[in-house]
Amino acid sequence: MESTILKQEQMLKEQEKYKENSVIQNPIEKVDSPVLKIDDLSVSYGGDKYAIQNVSAGIAKNKITAIMGPSGCGKSTLLRAINRMHELYPNTHNKGGVYLGDENIYELNPIQLRRKIGMVFQRPNPFPTMSIYDNVIAGFNLNGIRLKRSEKDEIVEKSLREVALWDEVKDSLHNRGTFLSGGQQQRLCIARALAYTPDIILLDEPTSALDPIATSKIEDLLVKLKKDFTIVLVTHNMSQAARISDYSMFMYLGELVEYGKTKQMFTTPRDKRTEEYLTGKFG
Amino acid sequence: MNISTEISDRKLKQRLLKDKIFTNVMIFLAFLSGVPLFLILYQLAVKGYRQFNISFFFEEAPDTMQAMIANANNEIIPGGIANGIIGTLIIVGLASLIAIPIGIICGTYLAENAEGKFAGLVRFIVDMLQGVPSIVLGVIGYIWIVKPVTNGFSALAGSVALSIMMLPSIVRSTEETLKMIPGTLKEAALSLGVPYHKVILKVILPTGISGILTGVILGISRIAGETAPLMLTALGSTVVNTDITKPTSAVPLLVWEFYNDPNLVNMIWSASLFLLLLILVLNLSAKAIAKKWKVQY
Repeated sequence: MESTILKQEQMLKEQEKYKENSVIQNPIEKVDSPVLKIDDLSVSYGGDKYAIQNVSAGIAKNKITAIMGPSGCGKSTLLRAINRMHELYPNTHNKGGVYLGDENIYELNPIQLRRKIGMVFQRPNPFPTMSIYDNVIAGFNLNGIRLKRSEKDEIVEKSLREVALWDEVKDSLHNRGTFLSGGQQQRLCIARALAYTPDIILLDEPTSALDPIATSKIEDLLVKLKKDFTIVLVTHNMSQAARISDYSMFMYLGELVEYGKTKQMFTTPRDKRTEEYLTGKFG
Repeated sequence: MNISTEISDRKLKQRLLKDKIFTNVMIFLAFLSGVPLFLILYQLAVKGYRQFNISFFFEEAPDTMQAMIANANNEIIPGGIANGIIGTLIIVGLASLIAIPIGIICGTYLAENAEGKFAGLVRFIVDMLQGVPSIVLGVIGYIWIVKPVTNGFSALAGSVALSIMMLPSIVRSTEETLKMIPGTLKEAALSLGVPYHKVILKVILPTGISGILTGVILGISRIAGETAPLMLTALGSTVVNTDITKPTSAVPLLVWEFYNDPNLVNMIWSASLFLLLLILVLNLSAKAIAKKWKVQY
């Protein structure tokens, strides 16, 4: 207990130090006509300690926004706060809001919200009892939405084509999804999220469990998908953010340190902490 | 130099010998623990095989006069244990109908709320329930059902007693199975906007089906051979009875009745053999289901 308090104090001191050294006072860029607005959001998993604090940012439509930062900086919490998956932990509470259009998502029913904001996880997690076909259509089946056979077929084919998996699995659609390779499973999970045609797709380190080849396939896929979807991606991997994202957020100790166009951030970071992270001084 | 290597050589030989002895003792003891089952099966088969005919499965238990005449003429005792088989099916089936839904729901609750105080209390009580002597459950069945509900001994009372008995194994196996399922599956379903109850019913429970079914079958095999609770509840019957409010026979009850009748005593072996084979088959099918329906995740 005492050591955690000490650590916290140390972190606060560091934060102060960095603030003094900041190059520009307001390194948070305004995005024009954002599809999603995060407004002064703070999230706590219980007590007075906040995992993320006073985060404000607009997410640009049909762009890829990457959230970067060292472990424990709150990037996953921020991502999960966007479709309220963080509420699965007991005792969470938040201040501020997140607006999808004009609606505050914290006033929506989480079930409705999650139909508009899909999610892909760190480890591929296809439903093990279901076939590839049923996995893609799971969002409809599990929610009791009845579709005609032809409609289902169409959705499955379209979604699997979108993730470039159709040619690989079209002959084994009724086999279990868990027999696919890791990269294929992850693409199947993306197809499952797409099938529902959400407005936004959240990806929580989607390639961290995959090999380089599978990773590059997923990256190509995301770049293609942004034509139809708005993508928010948490990544550990800076070069991945540099390769595929249009906007980048850098988070540190629960704070959104810098947010702007990826190119600009990687070439001329405005905050000293961003620069140090990007150059590998910590992280 | 030479001397020291010689000593260590001798020691090494001793050690290797000890090793060998120890290994062989282990193998022997392991073998020993497998012996009783085969001895029992052998004993029952040798003494009971002559009774194993068609009428054994389809006819009611003989009365003592028929048996005495058959014994005197050195013939096989006529009749069978159909009243016991049907009774066991009814009593165990009804007990399963009561215990399976409650057990699975309770186990799911415990797995979903691993930390809660109430869950801890329930878990403790279920563990205690496992240790309740079966004859006590018989007394409970008598007080709850025999006296106030059916006004006499009944299959229903036996089922209630046995359902309490099989409950703990279903609860614990469900809980253990569901705890093994990665939390990311639940997250995946919730992130698709699926309501919690459907996540449990359509994703979590089907994923754990093999473990749950194994627990259910082991629970059934545990109660199928129970005698003590049935003595105070179902009592027994000389004829096939399908009315659950009336006294009903069961295979283990028949074994007890045969034991008490000197003329029928030869029927013990075949009835016991049947019971043992039934339980062996249940156990083997539990293993087969666990293997075949295992969901890979």
